This record gives sequence, structure tokens and C-alpha cells, in this order.
Amino acid sequence: MSAARDAILARLRQAIGRTAEEQAKAVEAVRARLADPRPNLVPAHTRLDREGRVALFCEKALAVSAEVERLARIADAPAAVSAFLRRHDLPQKMVMAPEPMLDLAEWEQQPLLRVRRGTAAPDDAVGLTVAVAGIAETGTLMLASSREQPTLLAFLPETVIALLQAEDIDGAYEDSWQRLRDGLGRPPRSVNLVTGPSRTGDVGQKIELGAHGPRRLLVLVVEEAFGEAGDAPR
Amino acid sequence: MQPTSHAFKQNAHEALENPVLQEALGGIRTGWQAARGRAAGALPEFEQLRDTGRDIKNHVLAHLDLYLEAFTAKVEEAGGKVHWARDAAEARTIVLELCREADARTVTKSKSMIAEEIGLNPWLEANDVKPVETDLGEYIIQLAGQPPSHLVGPAVHMTKDEVSDLFHKHHGGERLEEGGALVGEARRVLRQRYLEADVGITGANFLVAETGSIITVTNEGNAELTQGLPRTHICITSIEKIVPTMEDAFTLLRLLARSATGQEFSAYTTVMTGPKREEDLDGPREFHLVLLDNGRSKMVGSAFQEMLRCIRCGACMNHCPVYLAAGGHAYGWVYVGPMGSVLTPQFVGIEEAHPLPNASTFCGRCEEVCPVRIPLPKLMRHWREEQFNRQLNPPAARYGLALWGFVARRPRLYRLATGMAVGAMRLLGGRQGRMRRLPLAGGWTGTRDMPAPQGPTFMQAWKKRRGAGS
Repeated sequence: MSAARDAILARLRQAIGRTAEEQAKAVEAVRARLADPRPNLVPAHTRLDREGRVALFCEKALAVSAEVERLARIADAPAAVSAFLRRHDLPQKMVMAPEPMLDLAEWEQQPLLRVRRGTAAPDDAVGLTVAVAGIAETGTLMLASSREQPTLLAFLPETVIALLQAEDIDGAYEDSWQRLRDGLGRPPRSVNLVTGPSRTGDVGQKIELGAHGPRRLLVLVVEEAFGEAGDAPR
Repeated sequence: MQPTSHAFKQNAHEALENPVLQEALGGIRTGWQAARGRAAGALPEFEQLRDTGRDIKNHVLAHLDLYLEAFTAKVEEAGGKVHWARDAAEARTIVLELCREADARTVTKSKSMIAEEIGLNPWLEANDVKPVETDLGEYIIQLAGQPPSHLVGPAVHMTKDEVSDLFHKHHGGERLEEGGALVGEARRVLRQRYLEADVGITGANFLVAETGSIITVTNEGNAELTQGLPRTHICITSIEKIVPTMEDAFTLLRLLARSATGQEFSAYTTVMTGPKREEDLDGPREFHLVLLDNGRSKMVGSAFQEMLRCIRCGACMNHCPVYLAAGGHAYGWVYVGPMGSVLTPQFVGIEEAHPLPNASTFCGRCEEVCPVRIPLPKLMRHWREEQFNRQLNPPAARYGLALWGFVARRPRLYRLATGMAVGAMRLLGGRQGRMRRLPLAGGWTGTRDMPAPQGPTFMQAWKKRRGAGS
């Protein structure tokens, strides 16, 4: 429909009505802004040191009904996951992102826990993935799709567990996006900013969890780094 | 949808007499309205962010042709296809063709006001494609056969009891009463629909020129399942949703949730760029973007340009005394509340929508809370002028205004007339200082007393003060 395109753009140009000189300036202004994206006003309370960021992240994630656990190292993850599933009366069975970093955790040390690798199928009850960043400002996880990190893992299962390295927790959204931009150039197909479990207020204006996405969200914040920070394709 | 905006007065009367609706509307005051105040108050930079948000949108509108070219080039670079649509009919035809190419029998949809604007659902149904709404509020009103009554909460006019009845009727089985159980049942029913769908249709909150990305914001996670499961993803959106960079999007996102529901951030903000990459394990194989104009390019450079800054948060309606009394359906079309009073005449014509710019007390709260500082009362006043120029308001109002204009342009006469009127009203008010009835003002005194003026007129008081001062 290039006729429609031409008509819409022609109408806009006519309405805006730039002279030749203004046109050159406008083209340059747009080019410059897109070539060098800069943060606008970023709230001051997000400017924190590492421990401050981790603390604010945990506080904010808890406030939106996520569960948060801090682990010393990735090797502690299998036991924490197994205990979490027991606590919620869930089967010891989950689907996990085919992310090589997760192999460091020796999942077989939990003999009851059955783990499948791949993306989620409709009947998977529990999914585990890795967040490329955490954003302290609102307790938000940043998930990025890749060969190792399928998107549906965080949406189809009723219970979702996300591993997050403490050093990947940034203050503000802009910080995490800049790391993604530096690492990848162009964004992956899907970047999900996840703030707490799925919710709705559409029935009688009362909040209920688990509308379409997960009813439960567990974030495991791992103190000791286990992968390279910031480069999503890892 | 067939607009009924001309019947606003009648619609509003019926709404005021509907106790169930009034109960539902009351919840907005204690819910979203209060939450917005808390969220805005908790962020020290909120007012500055509103200025920045306004400036971003103004910058985009002044360069909209250039940003559209940049954005669409990036979408295509990422493997998406862009379809431009001048009007609603063109957009519907494009979507139907895409559905047919995908051999689609059912399509899932996540919430899209553009789909409402172009009347997409009835059109798809008439052409043997079954649309299934997945946003819970949209699903509820789809079952009920109703239009949305609010930008953010399309079913906000319905109580939990009404939803119970509706689900019982459509899903069968036992009648559920508990909120969580109702949400769980919708989740089960819709999960199946996601898996069956051949095409997923979403809207977009923002379009990012820098990357060719679309951004959706939901609390339910339905946009991600709608675009992530079927083979084809169609995004229907409109030309003014562009932002230059992700940084600009983040500024507006900080305003959006706080203004809408009082959350600091919605549960899911998703940035999608093109279809599934070769190495990805999931995602749609085709990505189509339908870019709608539908009169927006004519608003650029017009008195209504500022309306194009709107980010569809719903704060204006949550704070509007008229909306909170009459509800969304009274407005008679897709867009409701103060933003609807400005937009609806644009889409359906001022002849049909003439009561809407008058459905306002001009208290100014909508402008006070608008995250991108749209001067909504001013824009409604533009429509009132337009109406007067086209002689669309009733003769009594026109003669009244003409008479007032005649007197107001003659200062001596004006002072004499107002002086007499104030004296007469004070007499009528008597000792109680108020009037139960007033000639020509039955509409006012029908439901409340008119207070009698206290003291002299403004001009008399002014004269006296100046006399005393000199």
C-alpha cells in the first residue's frame, strides 16, 4: 500500500510545512537524536551503590508480590528451587532454559527434581529462566530472548523462577538498556520487563494474581557472579 | 460501532438511575484516582517528568514524517512488514487479507483501542474469522456484547456479580462467585484459545524509531501469549505512537502506569523487534505492522494537535466528575471521558458528537492530571466554538449568548443589569440566602438550591476599593 504511505506522508509534510532550510535542520535533528540516544531525566533515588541497588530491587520486587531469595552462589540454586516447590505443594518437576550457565548448578544433586531443558509447553507447571538484568527502581526483571532463553518460559507456566546475578542489578531502566545495547547492537526479538507475577483488576476492580501469565514469581538473587554480565547472548 | 454520542443527555440520565453502575463507578474514586495521587506523590521528579513527556511528544509531532520513515525502515530491517492505512476501512481490509493469507479461523487479540476505533471485531466475524479477546476486561465485554467503558478497564462498569452471571451463562457449569475463581476460569478457557489461534493481534503503546520496536504494556501477560504463540503476529497501531529512542519510551513509561492505575510499573512491559530470529526457540514467524492514520495527519498543525500527545492512560476520566457520574457508555463511542470528548468529534463528526464538548464542568482536573499536559478544557472549548460557528447548539443557547454578548459589550448597561440582578437575587434568597427556584434555571434548581449573591457586584466592590485607596 505505498499509495497510502505516500498520501499520509504528503499530508504530514504539508501540515508541518518546513522551508528547505528548516527541512535540512529537521533531518539533522532526527538523525542526531537516533544516532546518539541519551537518557532524559532519571529519578535520583535510583543512583545507588551495588548493595543499595540490590536492597532496593528486593524491596520493590516484594512489594509487587514476587518472592525473593538471596543465594551466595549458583550452586545453591537447586536446593532453593526444590524447597520453594515443596513449600507451595508443587511437583518437583520443571522446564529450564537451555542456558549453559545453568549447568554450573549441578541440578542432579536434587534427585527428586526432574528437569527438562527447552521452551515451555502448555502443560508445564514450573519454568526457570535467567534474567539478563534487574532494575532496582521498580523491582523489575529484564528477560531477553535468544537461542538459550526462550520467551514463553516466563509466560506459559503458572510458576516462574528467575535467576539473577546481583551484579546485574542496575538502578534505572536506562542503565540496563544501555548494557543490552552495548552487548548486542540491535535488540533481540523480545525483551520482557517483568515486575511481579501476572495480575488483573478487571473483575470488580479487585486485584487477582495469575491472570494469564504466572501466578507465582520467585527471583533468586545470586551474590557470586556465574556468567558474564551484560552480554545477553552469553 | 454506531455512535450514540448525540444522545449523551439521555444516556447520562439512564446511567444516573442505574445503582449497579453507580456502585462500580464509585470504585474508581477510591481505587485508581487515589492510587494515582499516591504514586505521583511518591516520585519527587514526577512533575518534571510530565514536562519531559510533553516535550518528547511535541518533538515527535513536529518531525512525525521523518520519524515514521525512520521507524518503518527499521521494522523492515528487522524482518517485519509495514502496511499503511489511510482510514478504518483500509486498515480492516489489510487485517482481513493477512488473516486469509494465514488461513486463520480464529485470532486472539490483546487489548487494542485502534481495533475498537476501526470496528475490527464485527468486520472479522462477518468474514468468518473468529476474534477472541484475551485481556480479561475486553473478554468480559466481548461476551456481554458491549463496547468498552474505560480506556484501561474496559469492563470497569460491571460488578463482580454481573461477571459471575455472564461467565455462568457462557461457560456453563457451576456459578462461581469468588474473584479468584472467576479469573481462574477465564484463564483456563482462554489458554485453549491461545493454543488454537492462527494469528495474534496486538496493539502497541509506543513505537520506537531507533530500533523499529513496538512496546506493549499489560498486567496480565496476555500480549506476550497473543503474539508469542501463533505463527503470525499483526500489530495494529496509529502514527502518533512514535517515540525517538528507548530512553524516551522509558520516560513515558514512568508516567504511564502511575497515571493509569497508580502502579509504579505495570507487570509486563515488552519490547518486540521483528519476527522470530532463526536461532530463537519461540516467537511468531511473521510480523506485520498496520499503521493507521484515520484523520490524525489532519490534526497535525490544527488546533487539536496537542491531543496527539495522548498516551491513553485514562487519568482524565478517572478524575472527571462527569465521567464518574455518567460512566463511559454515555459518551456513545469508543473513546470516553474528557479525552473522548475531544477525540470523538474528530472521528464521528461534531454533528453527531455535539453534546460531548459540553459534557464538562470545566473544573480542569483532567488537565491537572494529564501526564503529557494536554490542555483538554481548551480543546473542548475549540469544539464549542466550532459548534457555535456551525450553529449546532440549540436556539435558546444561541439567543442567550447573543443577549449576554450585547450587554457585556456595553459596560454601563452591564453594571446596571448585574447590579439589579444581584439585588433581586438577594431579595429572593431571603434570610436563608438561597433560592429553591429561579426563573429560566429550572435545570439547576431542580436538584439543588441556588445560593444568593453576598455583598455587592465585583465592579461595585472594585470601585469602592479604588476609591478608598486613592
